[in-house]
Amino acid sequence: MQPEPFIRLESYSLVLPQSNIDTDQIIPARFLTTTSREGLGKSAFYDWRYTGEDVPKNATPFPVEGAGERKILVAGANFGCGSSREHAPWALLDYGFRAVISSDIADIFKSNALKNGLLPVEIDRNTHAKLMEQSGIRILIDLERCMIETEHGLRAEFAVEPFARRCLLDGVDPLGHILAFESAIAAFEAAR
Amino acid sequence: MTDTARPRSLFDKLWDAHVVVPESEDSPAILFIDLHLVHEVTSPQAFAMLEERGLAVRRPDLTQATLDHSTPTLPAGADGRLPYATEAAEKQVRQLEENCARHGIDLLGLDDPRRGIVHVVGPELGLTQPGKTIVCGDSHTSTHGAFGALAFGIGTTEVGHVLATQCLLQRKPKSMRIDFAGELAPGVGAKDMALAMIAQIGADGGQGYAVEFAGAAVKALSMEGRMTLCNMAIEAGARVGMVAPDETTYAYLQGREHAPRGKAWEAAVERWRALPSEPDAVFDSEVRVDAAAIRPMITFGVSPDAAAPAGGRVPIPATADEREANHYMRFTPDRPFAEMAVNRVFIGSCTNSRLSDLREAAEIMRGRRVAEGITALVVPGSQAIRRAAEAEGLDTVFLEAGAEWRLPGCSMCIAMNGDQGAPGDLVVSTSNRNFVGRQGKDVRTVLAGPATAAACAIAGHIVDPWDYLNGEAACAA
Repeated sequence: MQPEPFIRLESYSLVLPQSNIDTDQIIPARFLTTTSREGLGKSAFYDWRYTGEDVPKNATPFPVEGAGERKILVAGANFGCGSSREHAPWALLDYGFRAVISSDIADIFKSNALKNGLLPVEIDRNTHAKLMEQSGIRILIDLERCMIETEHGLRAEFAVEPFARRCLLDGVDPLGHILAFESAIAAFEAAR
Repeated sequence: MTDTARPRSLFDKLWDAHVVVPESEDSPAILFIDLHLVHEVTSPQAFAMLEERGLAVRRPDLTQATLDHSTPTLPAGADGRLPYATEAAEKQVRQLEENCARHGIDLLGLDDPRRGIVHVVGPELGLTQPGKTIVCGDSHTSTHGAFGALAFGIGTTEVGHVLATQCLLQRKPKSMRIDFAGELAPGVGAKDMALAMIAQIGADGGQGYAVEFAGAAVKALSMEGRMTLCNMAIEAGARVGMVAPDETTYAYLQGREHAPRGKAWEAAVERWRALPSEPDAVFDSEVRVDAAAIRPMITFGVSPDAAAPAGGRVPIPATADEREANHYMRFTPDRPFAEMAVNRVFIGSCTNSRLSDLREAAEIMRGRRVAEGITALVVPGSQAIRRAAEAEGLDTVFLEAGAEWRLPGCSMCIAMNGDQGAPGDLVVSTSNRNFVGRQGKDVRTVLAGPATAAACAIAGHIVDPWDYLNGEAACAA
């Protein structure tokens, strides 16, 4: 399945100041017994959003109905650490997020997110600290220029692995890319 | 291009030997995968992707599946049905059975005497070998690096890529060597080394690096210990942890089901001997850990880097995150850890469910009783470990101490098979993650090695296992 292309996103932020937010927080393991990737938004940050079974918490940063106009998640350092579950980006996307901004994002999560059209944006610590100070500000993420800009004029560059960027901008299919090297793979196998 | 004159590390050699198409500015390398391990949780959507695109599994012969995450650890009931946590869990197991049957993949099914946790059975069957690239849709795939393999966890989309092409798109990570200098004190194990190392470099200290563990203390570890250490590399943020293969590695592998035999064995060992890092190999980062200073460790927070000696006191939190973690864990700063009462103990998981781990725990439990009110769960990593433990009477030791002896599986590590703590419980666990809610909603997890976990079960509170070991030494004297 090809992710939605990602070129520019202008939306509001939702800030989670905690660092080391692991994929068990993003989607608890008890929701992993699914065999499809649909409908996981309900389980996104489930234990942050609900007390017990489906009773929304009073104090939670998350709107019950989904991300709405706050499609940009801003979180503390080492976001997405822990389990390799791709259910984490599936859940965030289904909830309505399209991008995550942090000072650093865990390797496997970053790779999983990019493959599904959830843009992981790693920015310098100073700008990150400023974004963390205020939730709900308008941010423009421009993948063509690899630049974020806030409504208050804050700007920061970010880097995205060039191939993953091309996949998102131009709709390149990574599996198709590997399949195109079939003869090289066969030759490699034969030479062993 | 690789400069052939440059002394290469183990990691460089493993990487270079598997590049099908080199990386460029535009594209990552296409890396060939020698062994793909599959389990029920992260594969259903990958198989569905193959179906959607009409693709076959390219190399079923290099793919091994097992059931571990969603499988019950209690036996079938009177009706012959296994006590699955949910219908969805059972469906997930059936789905993997169907997918493997359809694509000709060998599955260690529910009745297979070789079934077990994916990172336990790979080595046990001799599938895990030096020099291989090994991937699995599970972050603890780093475990297999203990054999001098390049092994790392991947996501479900990548599971689909490997099923379809036996290859992965990868950029070469930077390299880090973590040198454990000196000898471990008696009663200190690989889990204590791992926790001390993560406390030193942080939960993101290895981010972006492939880590090689080296030094006298690593060299002295058994294969089981090396697996424990590499297993925890991911908890330091590194996707890859590895140890150079040596005589310990070869002795472990020889004679195992999938290990080469006869002349092929000799040839393989000769190849493997060329793998270790050259003396002048350059790493992007070097870290030194003082092995002799390590004491039996526990964690006190909600990230594996919040670790300290079990015999010590709760550190005073310095940041808002640390204060919040303390609040969740209900640990009082500057009080002895020994004041913390324990509700449950879990001995198992791909970190610490091997025979040597069970022996270590049994050594503490032998002739003693689990404290009143504590549930202690002992879950072997595989059917083979279960049989071996029973053959030497470890099951009797656990049962007589009042612990439960279960069937193999991931169990309370990920807590998705029904084995979990009750809200508010303090669980001392030999698993790898102390994240909020990891072992059940509002459950508080303390990570420790098998000896420490067993000692906590006996004491009823957090304790330094040395209290028990020294007691024994005193009795013997």
